[in-house]
Amino acid sequence: MPSFPRVFLGLFCLLVAVLLLAPTLVVIPMSFNGNKSLAFPPVGFSWQWYANFFSNPDWTTSFTNSLIIALIVAVVATVVGTLAAFGVTRAAARTGGLLRALLITPMVVPGVVLAIGIYAVYLDAHLVGTVVGFVLAHTMLAIPFVLIAVQASLEVFDRRLETAASSLGAGRLTVFRTVTLPLILPGILSGALFAFITSFDEIIVALFITSPYLKTLPVQIYTSITRDADPTVAAVGTLLFIATSLIIVAGLLFGMRRGRT
Amino acid sequence: MTAIPDQGAHTGSERPTFLSRFQLRGAVWLAAPAVLVLLVALAYPLAIVVVRSFTDPAPGIDNYIWFFQSAVNRNVLQRTFVVAAWVTLASLICAYPYAYAMTIVGRNVRLALILCVLVPFWLSGVVRTLAWVILLQDSGVINSMLRGIGLSPVKLIRTLPGVIIGMTQVLLPFMILPIYSVMRGIDTRLLQAARSLGAKPWRAFVQIYVPLSLPGVYAGAIIVFILSLGFYITPALLGGPRSTMLSSLVQNQVLSLLNWGRGGAMGVVLLVATFLLLAIAAPLMRQKHTSNRREA
Repeated sequence: MPSFPRVFLGLFCLLVAVLLLAPTLVVIPMSFNGNKSLAFPPVGFSWQWYANFFSNPDWTTSFTNSLIIALIVAVVATVVGTLAAFGVTRAAARTGGLLRALLITPMVVPGVVLAIGIYAVYLDAHLVGTVVGFVLAHTMLAIPFVLIAVQASLEVFDRRLETAASSLGAGRLTVFRTVTLPLILPGILSGALFAFITSFDEIIVALFITSPYLKTLPVQIYTSITRDADPTVAAVGTLLFIATSLIIVAGLLFGMRRGRT
Repeated sequence: MTAIPDQGAHTGSERPTFLSRFQLRGAVWLAAPAVLVLLVALAYPLAIVVVRSFTDPAPGIDNYIWFFQSAVNRNVLQRTFVVAAWVTLASLICAYPYAYAMTIVGRNVRLALILCVLVPFWLSGVVRTLAWVILLQDSGVINSMLRGIGLSPVKLIRTLPGVIIGMTQVLLPFMILPIYSVMRGIDTRLLQAARSLGAKPWRAFVQIYVPLSLPGVYAGAIIVFILSLGFYITPALLGGPRSTMLSSLVQNQVLSLLNWGRGGAMGVVLLVATFLLLAIAAPLMRQKHTSNRREA
C-alpha cells in the first residue's frame, strides 16, 4: 500500500480504538464525584461511592450473589459443556455438526424472548428469585462458550496420542486423566472463564427472574441507573473495568508466552 | 485461535478402526447433559412463549392480528429493523479498516489493537451503556463540551441517533473479531501475484482481498444485525418513548400489562425474523466457521 493511504488508515484506526475504549473511561472521573449526581463535570473529589459499594448491603449482597452464582455456573457449565464438546467432536461428522448447531442456539435467541419464556416457566415452578433458577438459566447461556472453547482445543489435539497410551495398556480413564485432560486443559480453563463472565454479566434474564430477596450485581446497577443518579454505579463500573482489563492483559501475556498470539 | 476448522475437514483424515467406531457411537451421549439443560431452560420456555401467543387470552391468531394491525407496533417493528441496519452499517465501516490494520501491523501494535477490542468485548454491557448515559445526557460530557466552545447543546439521550451511536459502540467488537479471524487467514502472496501481473495496488485489493474477506464480513454483519434486533438494555437506557424497540415492547406487555399473549406474539415475530435471517445468511458464511469470543 502506498504511504498516503497508510497514514489515513492509521488515523482512522486510532479513531476507532478511541471509540472502542474512551467512552467507557468516563465512568472513572464520575466515580470520584463529590456530589450525588451523574452530571458532568464531576465536582470535588471523594472516595464515598467506593465506601458505599463496600458497605451498603444492597451492593454487597448483590455482588456476593453474582459471585456465588457465577462460580457455580462456571463449574456446572464447564463440566456439561466439556462433555458436550467431546460428544460433538467424536460423534460422526454429520451428527456432530447438527449437535453443535443445536447447542449454540442460546447465542442467537433474542434475550427478551428467552427471558419471558423462562419467567413463565419459573413462575409455575417457583424458581423466581432462587439461586437454582439463576444457575439453570445462566448455565444454558454459558454452554455455547464452553463448547466453542473446548472444541477448539480438541480439534488440534492429536488422537493418536490416546491410541498410543491405550496400546501401552492404559485404561480409558487413565488415558483421559494423564493424556487428554492435560493437553486440552487451556481450552477447558478459558471455557470456565467465559462461563463465569457470561453469568456474572448477564442482565436480561436476570431482570425478569430477580426478586427483592435475590438480586445480582447487573440488576442492581440497572435499577440504580434507572432510579436515581447514584455515582456508586460509576464506582462499580470503574472496578469492573479494572478487573476486566487485568484479566485480559494476563490472558494476552499468557497466550504470548505459549506462542499462540 | 479464532477460527474453528470445518467439521468434515479433520475427521476425513482418520479412518475409524473397529474400536474407535464403537467409541464414536457412544460419544453422542456425552452431550446428553447439555441437551437436557437446553431442553429445560431453552426449548421448553420458548415453546411456552409460542403456545401462549396462540392461546392467551383465547385460542386463535388474535394476538398476531392485533400486532400487525396496530400502526404503533408496525412502526416499532420497522424502526427495530432500521436501527439494526444502521448499527450494522456503521460498525462495518469502523471494523473493516480496523481489522485489516490488525493484520498488517507489527506484534506490539497488534496486541494493543486486540486489547482495545477485547476490553470492551468482555466488559459488562450495563457498565458500557452507563458510560453512554453519562456522555449523552443533557448535562453530559458532549453537551458540556459544546457549551464550553459556545455552541448550543443538542438533544442526544432519548433520541434515535443516541441509541444508534451507543449500540454501534457496544456491538463493534462482534464485527471486528470475525472479520479479523478471516482476514488473518488470507494469503497476502495472492496480492503480490496480482501486482506482479500488472494490477494497481488498489485494484488488487478490491478484486482479490475484499472477496476473500467476505465470509468474515457476512459473519460479523449477521451477528451484529441479530444482536441489534434483540437488543434491550442499551435502547432501554439510552432511548425514549419515540425510539422504542421491539424488545422493550415485549417487556412492557409482559411485565407491566401482564399480557402474555400479545407479548408472546411480538416475541415470536422477533424469533422468526432472527431465524429467517440466520437461515438466509448461513450459506454465505459457510466457507469458514468463525466464532467470536475467542482470542488470546
